[in-house]
Amino acid sequence: MSSRLESALRKHKPAFIPYLMAGDPDLETTEAVAHAVRACGAAALELGVPYGDPLADGPTIAAAGQRALERGTRMCDVLALASRLRDAIPIVLFTYYNLVHAYGLELFAQDAVRSGVAGAIVPDVTLEELDDVQPIFEKHGLAMPLLVAPTTPAQRAGTIARRASGFVYVVSRLGVTGASAAPNVDALRGQIAGLREATRLPLAVGFGISTRKHVEAVAPFADAFIVGSALIDAYSGTSGADAVRRVELLAYELLGSSFRGG
Amino acid sequence: MRASAQPDRRGYFGAFGGRFVPEVLAFALDELESAVDAAFADDAFWSDFHGLLCSYVGRPSPVYRARRFERCAPVVVKREDLNHTGSHKINNTLGQALLARRMGKERLIAETGAGQHGVATATVGAKFGFPVDVYMGARDVERQEPNVALMRMLGARVHSVTSGTQTLKDATNEAFRVWAAEVERTFYVIGSVVGAHPYPYMVREFQRVIGDEARRQCLEEHGRLPSDVVACVGGGSNAIGIFTAFLGDDVRLWGVEAAGKGTQSGETAASLSAGSIGVLHGSRSYLLQTADGQVCETHSVSAGLDYPGVGPEHAYLKESGRATYVSVRDDEALTAFHDFAAAEGIVPALESAHALAFARTLSRERNSSDLVLVNLSGRGDKDLAYVRGLSSGA
Repeated sequence: MSSRLESALRKHKPAFIPYLMAGDPDLETTEAVAHAVRACGAAALELGVPYGDPLADGPTIAAAGQRALERGTRMCDVLALASRLRDAIPIVLFTYYNLVHAYGLELFAQDAVRSGVAGAIVPDVTLEELDDVQPIFEKHGLAMPLLVAPTTPAQRAGTIARRASGFVYVVSRLGVTGASAAPNVDALRGQIAGLREATRLPLAVGFGISTRKHVEAVAPFADAFIVGSALIDAYSGTSGADAVRRVELLAYELLGSSFRGG
Repeated sequence: MRASAQPDRRGYFGAFGGRFVPEVLAFALDELESAVDAAFADDAFWSDFHGLLCSYVGRPSPVYRARRFERCAPVVVKREDLNHTGSHKINNTLGQALLARRMGKERLIAETGAGQHGVATATVGAKFGFPVDVYMGARDVERQEPNVALMRMLGARVHSVTSGTQTLKDATNEAFRVWAAEVERTFYVIGSVVGAHPYPYMVREFQRVIGDEARRQCLEEHGRLPSDVVACVGGGSNAIGIFTAFLGDDVRLWGVEAAGKGTQSGETAASLSAGSIGVLHGSRSYLLQTADGQVCETHSVSAGLDYPGVGPEHAYLKESGRATYVSVRDDEALTAFHDFAAAEGIVPALESAHALAFARTLSRERNSSDLVLVNLSGRGDKDLAYVRGLSSGA
């Protein structure tokens, strides 16, 4: 599974990885938007699992998760959505550890892979806790992309890169997810150069990527870029075809003409 | 110079604790851990800390025998309510502020529920000249107006958190997020023995002075160790604070959780009695959650116990059988609140009233040769308006 994910991320440089909160505003809209972003050229899809206490997320994604929870969206719904989308696009879940723990670590890995999920990002499981989680994901063939932050010392970043699978998620700035001012390009470039020495995995930049300018700034050195909050902002308050149109507009803006219809 | 074998190097107390935080905070926790190890091995640090506990906080706090409140076995209360700022919280904020100064941090942030920890953080911020930002759920800002005013008078900025359930859990989420954004210059002063390693360990070491003093006072003033030690448990810092000194003794340890309207009512805050194992705010412990792993809304008459998680060391003490955890309902705590005030002329915090309610039951069951030690963790002035509102049916 991870090899399909990796090769999908290598088709375009930089590859576009949209993040959608499953079930916001409803599962049908998430599915329609997923097909739309794929048609716009997305290489893989990050699917957020709604959680009430998302420590790594800013207000946009936290609120989207809250809306999805209010609609009753559960892990099993997200897995069912993934299995409907599996042939269209490689899927990576973005979930917090308590949801995986409650589902059962082993069962989660098994069911995710059965649903066609390629990988799962668990942002609150870092090197310190990895040994209890990653071997089980690995056993079932579920990739585990790991995050590297601007505060991560170089040696630790190297270890993270060597232990990650699918891709390495390079956090572009301090703080939580959310649309923001431009990423710190110089620092990012340096960090990515260091990571290249540790791994051949694709390096995906995320947190705060929200405009074409941001994409152009990271394009020279990143293999992929992740856009979440800006997409959610673009269609919040809408659903169905209206949401799809808004997402397409933003995707075209982010990707520029070269990707159109990709 | 670790005082006990727990936690291990990864911050685990048995199967509980650890470090479950986003990568951006990993460096800050490593940095804090190194600073804690260095400071705790430095006599000058402890000498500063204990000097201020004496001159600024007013320690040692006395142990007082509640003769009119007790039934059969004598009940003695550790008077943390007499500390500066009115609760045990100041022991911890003072320690963390000293660490923050040592580490060269430029500002303090804190979460608060009832406002006691917020006030204690604002206090040390003023004392050491740190700007302080306190995160407080919007519902708590409304419920605890006097403490909000007090924090502001002390120079802290109080931020009303409107996400999620708008209470302590969400205030803690927000404090973590703010810390992640400004981690290099900011020190996050966590108010209880919760959070990622090394917080539960560090906070315990600052709070253990309660039990260290009380153990000595029981021996000196009553000629024996207590038979039972009782403390209320929300996150659990006052309980760990008084338990730690007695871990090696033949003394029964009782943690009293807030049952709210009953542990099976769905309106409770008793994580150990009614919860299950999960991960919240950086550590593995018991928490009140749905089968899916969504953290539940909690209820307690006492805002300071109104928290869905509990410190990992308590989970360990429960599983190992070293401590026993019971729970007391809102109405029982309110009765103890009124009774203790009327019998002893001391108005306890509603949190501490939970411990007193259970201690009175114990006092009835124990012999007169036993000795029940209760941590009177805070004073009840903050609760007066709320309790009066309840009795007038408002």
